[in-house]
Amino acid sequence: MTLQTETTDQQSAAHGFDNDNRQAATIGDAAREYLNRLRGGDMGSLPAILGLVVLFVVFSSLHDRFLTTYNMANLVVQAGSICVLAMGLVFVLLLGEIDLSAGVAGGASATITALVMIDHGWTWWAAALAGIAIGALIGLAIGSLVTLLGIPSFVVTLAFFLALQAVPLKLIGSGGSLRFDNEVLRGLSIKNVPVTAGWIAAVLIVIGFAAVQLFQYRTRATRGLVHKPLALVLVQVAVLAAIVLGLTALLSANRAPNPDIFTIAGIPWVAPVVIALLLFWTFVLTRTRFGRHLYAVGGNAEAARRAGINVTRIKITAFVIASSMAAVSGLLAASYTGKVSPGSGGGNVLLYAVGAAVIGGTSLFGGRGRAIDAVVGGLVIATIPNGLGLLNQASYINFLVTGGVLLLAASVDAVSRRRRSAAGV
Amino acid sequence: MTQPLLELRGVNKSFGAVHVLHDVDFAVYPGQVTALVGDNGAGKSTLVKIIAGIYGRDSGDYVFDGQDVTVHGPRDVAALGVEVVYQDLALCDNLDIVENMFLGREETRGIGLDEVTMEARARETLASLSVRTVKSVRQGVASLSGGQRQTVAIAKAVLWNSKIVLLDEPTAALGVAQTRQVLDLVRRLADRGLGVVLISHNMTDVFEVADRITALYLGRVAADVPAKDLTHSQVVELITAGRSGDLGITNVATATI
Repeated sequence: MTLQTETTDQQSAAHGFDNDNRQAATIGDAAREYLNRLRGGDMGSLPAILGLVVLFVVFSSLHDRFLTTYNMANLVVQAGSICVLAMGLVFVLLLGEIDLSAGVAGGASATITALVMIDHGWTWWAAALAGIAIGALIGLAIGSLVTLLGIPSFVVTLAFFLALQAVPLKLIGSGGSLRFDNEVLRGLSIKNVPVTAGWIAAVLIVIGFAAVQLFQYRTRATRGLVHKPLALVLVQVAVLAAIVLGLTALLSANRAPNPDIFTIAGIPWVAPVVIALLLFWTFVLTRTRFGRHLYAVGGNAEAARRAGINVTRIKITAFVIASSMAAVSGLLAASYTGKVSPGSGGGNVLLYAVGAAVIGGTSLFGGRGRAIDAVVGGLVIATIPNGLGLLNQASYINFLVTGGVLLLAASVDAVSRRRRSAAGV
Repeated sequence: MTQPLLELRGVNKSFGAVHVLHDVDFAVYPGQVTALVGDNGAGKSTLVKIIAGIYGRDSGDYVFDGQDVTVHGPRDVAALGVEVVYQDLALCDNLDIVENMFLGREETRGIGLDEVTMEARARETLASLSVRTVKSVRQGVASLSGGQRQTVAIAKAVLWNSKIVLLDEPTAALGVAQTRQVLDLVRRLADRGLGVVLISHNMTDVFEVADRITALYLGRVAADVPAKDLTHSQVVELITAGRSGDLGITNVATATI
């Protein structure tokens, strides 16, 4: 570098590129940076956590059984299908698209799974795979119509929302229902992981997370790349350990209403299913080319196209993932209720899932969102019917609250987006 | 004079009945900034798109490094080492600098992305261009100023060991200080031995960095001369009237479309 450029760049040298190594060096710096991000409208999962606190305070003050371990385990099971549905929706929301049919696609898929088990005697995993394959096909059809014909996804999926409700109605018949009592599939909701195995898994998850984080820290620090301060890494590991081990402890306690007579303890099987999906999709979104391209298409489709990304393929894949996850969610919902009825997946289900993704921090405008958003948001949303159910409220209240929560989440999203573009974060 | 890195010879292009380019010769020399100037509708964008491989030619040769090459599309051109930085930048606001620079050409290790290699290479490239205004390579592109965004877009083009970089109006939307940054960067690219094409309306910018000036007038090359042989007003005349003194199209009257 010549002396002359040195002087012309003097002002910019104050924020020179060399500052790069000097990332937030202490916890204090990291906290300040986080506050700046919040002020700039990058809220992350904060609205979800606040929402969870508010709902817990309200419901626990209105009903004394809300905070029991029995109800908390119930909440985890109820949240399962919402989390999974929302996780699938994150993929289409990242593109700035919407899938209104995801709920009923789950209902239709669960109907197929139940039918092939009952009428054709398929084993549970083959039946489940058949249901998920139906979901994938639905996604393929939606994605193709959206990308190849150029119909707005809102319209295509609204049409599918209406049409797919015909599937269970035709196959089951009005007013009927199919039992969903396979030991494994039904067991996802009503059976628990043995307490010892639960503890082992929880400890392994904490160790695994710590190992990945520390390994990343070491690689980045030694190669002089951008990295978090070590203290922050340790705090994050500690927080995760507290949450995972705390929940495991909570769910490992005997929660039977009559603890002297029988024992209900352990993590419900649905939780490991959700966690496995969460880890898998988080890896796909953050560590693979497909994930990177998905964000790119959601952020600026034209830029992605010019960079040589096959935008059509990315979009179709996102719809396939959303509908396949909807099928998994439909199976979990059937597992919870023990039956599939023509109304499965209809009603509020989809709006709950959209609300979950958005309140968790996924933007309706595309380009921003994570798989974990769906899980955090799903817990918040599941708390609503859980608490209202305990309070024995009329169902009109449920509709009002759901609508209100969705609107609130969308408002937070829109406002934070405006602040982001103003602050340029 | 050294051999041109890229040369178009006698290029014609029509869109239906409209003959947009007439026997255009255009050359890009290594280590030089060639400014492409011309009024709106003179054919600058068409010429750039032909170089970029987006449009085909009706006739004429595309010569790269002394070799006649056939170009079927943007990918062929990119494979030759020609990168185009478009005016509307083509960056994703929701991704950071490293992610944008490697977009579509990510480094992978196994099934996962190799973030470490990508970040190190992005940092190297930015440092080699003496880009010192970016706080962190992991900064989101949305938080960058116009000049910084332009810088990232140019660095993205340079990352792939390209030999020629075409810049379409790189300073059009920038303020004084940011224009300064980008022009410095343009100069540095040429000093590294790249062939740089600068498309610009701004004569001050052109005279500041260009070694050669190619002026287009109604689809014809009005002049292709070293910048030091021209004055500001001569270039304006070439752009608006197609000739200036001895320079330019000899019979402007016939040079209609």
